[in-house]
Amino acid sequence: MSLIGAKVLRKEDPNLITGQGLYVDDLQPAGCAFMATVRSTQPHARIVAVDTSAARSIDGVLAAWTATDIANLPARPSSLPGMDMPLITGDVARFVGDIVAVVVAADRSTAADAAEAVIVDYEPLPAVASLGQALATDAPMIHPVLQGNTVFFQDYTEDLSAEFAAAPRTASLSLVNNRCAPVPIEPNVVLADWGPAGLTVWAAFQAPHHLRNTIAAFFGISQDTTRVIAPDVGGGFGAKINFASEIFLAAALSRALSRPVKYTQTRSECMVAMFHGRAQEHKVDVAFDDSGKILALKVQVTQDQGAYPDATGMGLPVLTTAMSAGCYKIPKVAVSWRNVVTNTTPVAAYRGAGRPEASYMIERVIDLVADETGVDPIEVRKTNFIPADGFPYQTHSPLAVYDSGNFAGALDELLRHVDYPALKAEQAARMADPTEKLLGIGFSSWLEIAGFGPPGSLEAFGHLASWESAQVRVQPDGSAIIYTGASPHGQGTVTTFAQIAADQLGIDFDRISVRHGDTAVIPQGIGTMGSRAVAVGGEGVKTASTRVFERAKKIAAHLLEATEDDIVVENEEFHVRGTPSKSVPWSQVAWKSFQPLELPAGMEPGSLDATVFQQVPNFSFPSGAYCCVVEIDRETGEVEIRNMYLVDDCGTVINPMLVEGQVHGGVAQGIAQALYEHMQYDESGVPRTATLMDYLVPAAPDLPGYVSGRTVTLNPSNTLGAKGVGESGSVGAPPAVINAVVDALSHLGVKHIDMPATPQKIWSILRGSK
Amino acid sequence: MSTIETHTTRVTVTVNGREVSEEVEPRTLLVHFLREQARLTGTHVGCDTSNCGACTVLIDGEAAKSCTVLAVQANGHKVTTVEGVGNGSGGFSPVQEGFRQEHGLQCGYCTPGMIMACTALLTENPKPNEHEIREALEGNLCRCTGYETIVRAVQWAATNGGAGEWA
Ligand code: FES
Ligand code: FES
Repeated sequence: MSLIGAKVLRKEDPNLITGQGLYVDDLQPAGCAFMATVRSTQPHARIVAVDTSAARSIDGVLAAWTATDIANLPARPSSLPGMDMPLITGDVARFVGDIVAVVVAADRSTAADAAEAVIVDYEPLPAVASLGQALATDAPMIHPVLQGNTVFFQDYTEDLSAEFAAAPRTASLSLVNNRCAPVPIEPNVVLADWGPAGLTVWAAFQAPHHLRNTIAAFFGISQDTTRVIAPDVGGGFGAKINFASEIFLAAALSRALSRPVKYTQTRSECMVAMFHGRAQEHKVDVAFDDSGKILALKVQVTQDQGAYPDATGMGLPVLTTAMSAGCYKIPKVAVSWRNVVTNTTPVAAYRGAGRPEASYMIERVIDLVADETGVDPIEVRKTNFIPADGFPYQTHSPLAVYDSGNFAGALDELLRHVDYPALKAEQAARMADPTEKLLGIGFSSWLEIAGFGPPGSLEAFGHLASWESAQVRVQPDGSAIIYTGASPHGQGTVTTFAQIAADQLGIDFDRISVRHGDTAVIPQGIGTMGSRAVAVGGEGVKTASTRVFERAKKIAAHLLEATEDDIVVENEEFHVRGTPSKSVPWSQVAWKSFQPLELPAGMEPGSLDATVFQQVPNFSFPSGAYCCVVEIDRETGEVEIRNMYLVDDCGTVINPMLVEGQVHGGVAQGIAQALYEHMQYDESGVPRTATLMDYLVPAAPDLPGYVSGRTVTLNPSNTLGAKGVGESGSVGAPPAVINAVVDALSHLGVKHIDMPATPQKIWSILRGSK
Repeated sequence: MSTIETHTTRVTVTVNGREVSEEVEPRTLLVHFLREQARLTGTHVGCDTSNCGACTVLIDGEAAKSCTVLAVQANGHKVTTVEGVGNGSGGFSPVQEGFRQEHGLQCGYCTPGMIMACTALLTENPKPNEHEIREALEGNLCRCTGYETIVRAVQWAATNGGAGEWA
């Protein structure tokens, strides 16, 4: 029986539910010292002096470093030339959270005391806290290498003035995609141990080989003596692919002190130090006709990069503009983008990275067109969808060639769960009765680019390559170990990859282990991000398993004196097709695969071992249709999500329980962005939401239950047919929620409301309407 | 050369039925006592503002955030951590099993705190409805699951043995 599509319980769980998981902070080797950071309290300031003498005098303090102590080290990797992020900044602090000193002590609390004892003398400089301030004439500048604060500008790819002039109708929309903090419940943690035999770094990280390669290059040491281990990782959401400065500082300090150095970020540090996500502003123009048919679209994206542009962060608007047309056949699309620096925390990947911004924009545009024409939003979607037989579909962007999907099919499936006419009737009845809460119904037909990616795609973000590694190694007893470079942090990869391998190998799921996260053990690897683990890494496991199985069949045929083509495997027994009595168990085939005297002529011992660097020819394009029903309290402005209907098309499902978990988690973060979360700065650049008291990460009472459905179109770029699902929910949910909120308020003339749709914002709208 | 006076005090806590007695600085938080002195690293730290609940344990059977309690305050008390639930010979408690059956965890970082909060809830209210479950978990953040599967995990436990035994 195939395990693909089976609800199999996770192999990961027994450790994690008993407290036997191993996260970096759980490690405390002999002699371990503790690092703490001193961070700028100023958004922008000249650093006049950093006095570490008091810190140094505390008993147990081993080091107190400022910029001068690391003068021989490069800047943080993944910086842009001339705008480098120093590991410790020496001359100027450019955001609240910029590291100005680090201390190391023999125990955790002494390190914290020492950090407190460092005295920094700042001379404040004028700061730019927002895109508006950064782009104003005569704005204060952050990096002298720039003229102003724009790092990169791409003008509209096409002039669409003729199309807009000729169009029956046009409309415009300005959108803010609110800055979010990723907030994995485990912050950044690193333990570096630099001994005579080399450097070992344990890090809460999504891509250990990527980090290993980078650390070795950073220190000019050899990769063979540099080992990175990502053990259990407490969530990543894109933020743990960034090269946090603390990783390199801990390693440098371990070298200097000849002892292990551990750094565990506090949550309050994490809120300003771990790179943020989203932080875009959009100006959108759309041309359409009276039937709601869209004729042309112009999108201008302004990306806030924070104080130091990061190579991944620079790519966010590229992805947003590539995916700007969403599920729709729009004859003319012109895009433009700009990357801008501000005196805020740097911005890079956060679950969805550039694609939630695109789906939010285009799905708001669809509802705007519906509102302008009076055509129902469902009809506007159906009028403009790329048809199910329209694939492959070349978009306006050379990056995005949609390979599969059935957008109308997903929307129809959604409408099987949602009683739309009844909801519309309820909405009208409630509107007429001022004692009732308002009702809003919002849809999103979303699509994303995932499964990163074809050759060249991840290289553009500084990775070694875009393949993923898989090694399948049968043990002498017929059990198997799978090694994957797609290091997980909650996805359940150990389970899904064992399911894939079990199917191909005919070895019991319980006798397959999956190992990951250690560069000394895994041949090579890229990592887990961009919803690629199953679509690329899982496909690699399938390819490698198939190779091993073919060789095992050869050995079995030899032992059974049969021809290879007649050999089948069932219940871990190889037998001749139609003759189950003539059989040899997997364990014997495995055992003999190591014994030269037992092997067919020409076969080497140890051949049941295959390593694959799996490539894929294209990205993947998960899609779906969501519906959100909200109730809004007319007195308080509070939004409550009454129903959330989710139809996903992630291609082949390996494990429905895990797919549901990924969708729920992504949707939760999407709802959070739409209703609750906003990393805010005051006018001067001081963060206003730098603790979990001020930044609202939703808890169980703040989120709804979900109704899930599914459609399946296969991914043609791998043989599994799987597309990836890690980011889907965060792409699909925000527009559904905001479309619902706007729908509930549209009778008051509301055409748009920026995220997060807080009670304050809605209350003012409702009050204004009285 | 010390500029900060450090003196220590002896703290004795019964952790999962076993007495742990250590000299600690008076400011030591219970969560650090558990992780660093008792070397039970199942209890996690996820914040510094008592918002996340990753550090939730039972003190004399009641759920408490161990980052808000000084080790000295727990002196002489009984503390149960995630390592102390279950049947003691590798079997899972109903709550642990519920999390596994219903996919109530992904990265697992919030999970020990969640399990302890859910254990306390089922002790107090053996048949909670969905609303009661969500309200009871208000102080425990999970960034991975979206909570619905955690609600189901508690419901699973409620119909399969309840809070279970603990040390
Ligand atoms: S560590 Fe967050 S509440 Fe205790
Ligand atoms: S399972 Fe990751 S935070 Fe809850």
